[in-house]
Amino acid sequence: MNKRSDQIQIEQVDSSRRSFIGAAVGTSAAVLAPGVVIHALADGQPRAEAVTAKVRWGMMVDANKCAGDCTACVDACDTENGIDLMHKPEGQSDEKFVQQKPSWMRKVKLKDNLTGRQSSLPMLCQHCEYPPCVDVCPTGASFRRADGIVLVDRHDCIGCRYCMMACPYHARSFLHDTVTVKPTRAPRGKGCVESCNFCVHRLDNGETTTACQDACAKDGHKAIVFGDLNDPQSPVSQALKDQPNRQIRADLQLNTGVRYSGV
Amino acid sequence: MRKITFREWSIDNGRYWALLAILAAIAGIGGLSALYMEHEGHWVTGMTNLVVWGTPHVFAVFLIVAASGALNVASIGSVFGKTMYKPLARLSGLLAIALLIGGLLVLVLDLGRPDRLIVAMTTYNFKSIFAWNIYLYVGFMVIVAAYLWTMMERRVNKHSRTVGLFAFVWRLALTTGTGSIFGFLVSRQAYDSAVLAPMFIIMSFAYGLAFYLLVLMFAYNQEGRPMGDVIVNRLKNLLGVFVAAVLFFTIVYHLTKLYGTKYHGVESFFLIHGGIYTMAFWVGQIILGALIPLGILYHPALGKSRSWIASACALVILGGLAGMYFIIIGGQAYPLDLFPGMTVIDEGFGEVAANIAPYSPSLPELLLGLGGVAVAMLMTTVGIRVLKFLPESLADKVVDPHSA
Amino acid sequence: MTSAKRIDQTLFVVLFSAVVGVLSGCSSGVEGLGNREGSLAGESGRQCVKPRDEIRRDHMELIKHQRDETVRKGIRASDHKLASCIECHVRHDDDEGQPVPVNAPGQFCASCHQYAAVGLACFQCHATVPTDDVPHAPATASHGLQGDVIAQEKGTEQ
Repeated sequence: MNKRSDQIQIEQVDSSRRSFIGAAVGTSAAVLAPGVVIHALADGQPRAEAVTAKVRWGMMVDANKCAGDCTACVDACDTENGIDLMHKPEGQSDEKFVQQKPSWMRKVKLKDNLTGRQSSLPMLCQHCEYPPCVDVCPTGASFRRADGIVLVDRHDCIGCRYCMMACPYHARSFLHDTVTVKPTRAPRGKGCVESCNFCVHRLDNGETTTACQDACAKDGHKAIVFGDLNDPQSPVSQALKDQPNRQIRADLQLNTGVRYSGV
Repeated sequence: MRKITFREWSIDNGRYWALLAILAAIAGIGGLSALYMEHEGHWVTGMTNLVVWGTPHVFAVFLIVAASGALNVASIGSVFGKTMYKPLARLSGLLAIALLIGGLLVLVLDLGRPDRLIVAMTTYNFKSIFAWNIYLYVGFMVIVAAYLWTMMERRVNKHSRTVGLFAFVWRLALTTGTGSIFGFLVSRQAYDSAVLAPMFIIMSFAYGLAFYLLVLMFAYNQEGRPMGDVIVNRLKNLLGVFVAAVLFFTIVYHLTKLYGTKYHGVESFFLIHGGIYTMAFWVGQIILGALIPLGILYHPALGKSRSWIASACALVILGGLAGMYFIIIGGQAYPLDLFPGMTVIDEGFGEVAANIAPYSPSLPELLLGLGGVAVAMLMTTVGIRVLKFLPESLADKVVDPHSA
Repeated sequence: MTSAKRIDQTLFVVLFSAVVGVLSGCSSGVEGLGNREGSLAGESGRQCVKPRDEIRRDHMELIKHQRDETVRKGIRASDHKLASCIECHVRHDDDEGQPVPVNAPGQFCASCHQYAAVGLACFQCHATVPTDDVPHAPATASHGLQGDVIAQEKGTEQ
């Protein structure tokens, strides 16, 4: 099989792809357009100056409010970041696909060994202050931004997956398959590593909420609160003061930006 | 001073080219597998977001570890002044470079973006041991090449001790760096341990010498060059010491983890309930890789038979691969200790992966790994054929004039 | 010179010219460099962010610099965003009005890059058509002045 013609094959427009793109663009435009307009009119101005450490983005997750079978946050994250556009390759088993597809946010179900009490919570990149993934990246692609967001600069990522070995939370995903449809706000490609970036494309365009937070609130659970940890008046700081909360794997002393209560 | 003559490996042309053809075919298939994995994407492999390093890494790390160990024989001659090892030094250097190149090839071809190797070689985060390893690996090749030059070029012979010492220290740093890839990781129960660096150093001694002895015996046997029992006995006894040392480090590693309650989960997984990983440990690393070779090498009768010694070397290598499989893949398969005191019913990667992450080696991965071994052997074969790496004779009288 | 050698020489010259002739015939895309008719710039008369010769020479540097600004520093208010380039230069299919991927053969990027034999690695990850999901600063492409954007950010009139 000619590799080059294969490559052109993927990029060449054929009618089924054309109509799929048309449908995808049309649907997403119809769904997103009202939101886009509203967001653009709200705070929304694209950032013109570099981020500083004045803001530290963080999140509190209340496991008590998290409903066992609800996956609203996961679904919203998948939609926001184009993960729902990635499909199982032909010949792949479903189980394998779940382990190989990008998974920025996931639901974890737990049972207490002593009491048997079951709980559930969403697990995502913890945006540590001392991220092990940043320490081990050979090219510096995995980095921590001044405002506390830990993300991968995929222009420098060589796909070695050392950060995935190092992450104490299984937060990172490797792209195992070619990406054919990419939203502008979330570029991704085969062979690089990615993880939750606190919806950085929203934050850099002036918004202050993440997709998961919005979805959880919309579903009525309000288990996720996101905001500026450096601002004592922000909802997330208030929430952290109101309830006892902790870091997952606190013994590692990573000073995570995501805190949990009720677990 | 006794002069040692070195001569090119001169088995007859037909057999030489047949050997090259076989090795080239295996290497070529490995290359095609890498192309397939890179073109399709890693979904065709057994690796997932949970087990991110698979069979290629087992082979790559093994080859890299063996490479630094293969240089030992030369170091014993140059640095520690043992005259008997001096004729063996050239092949030692060649094998070290060849094994390292084979291992690095496999590692680089498995990258998600091997086309970005230039980025890896120009952009560095020096807190990462990987970044240091790039310098350590490339530097090793340069230094060993210089070392070989001091050994093979008469005019610079006088520098071979200095360069040899430098190479010896460098290879210790390299193997420390390789062991620290895992030793520095706080995230996993099986890693995060200072003992991994010296353990890898000791493993390198054993695997490197096993490779060396096998290649040496094969080359001499095929051509009919004399190789006396004195040298074979020395090397096989040394191998026995190294294998015993690896066993010691393995025991220390597990005893320490068995002591702490929080590691009981991972230890019972490794030693009892881990399925393939338990097999790889007990049958692969301990029985086949340590106990049986020790039995053979120190047996009064078997230890004198060349074919039994060769089998012992092969078993050590197999055991080493099993040990790497156990450390690298077993260490990833065991779940993270996210919620102590709680059982994870579903970690979010499907029920199948709720506890132990599933992994099975896929064919492309295996072929890539084997391709790396083939490249190393190909380089060695061409090297000994084309240049004067092998001493004319390793008969007892030549090696040790005082022997009976 | 022997006649055999002379025949060889003539044959070589003939074959070489034939190959060169065929190849130059194949590069008819040279006239279509930048594919003027294939971009909105041609249609709507809008200006690119830089003069044509400068942008042809420097666009890769601008994009590369911008990607670091955006990823590492979060700066999104800029004329040098890849997404803005795509918005202007993408062609829409006449039949259905759907956007055609900007890196497809015969489209804007390929018209130069195919001739120059430089791969378009960007689109392994970046969208090849505008996807209406990113709110971005409007109408900066037509001015191309950084000051304009900063002025908007600070809320002053210009």
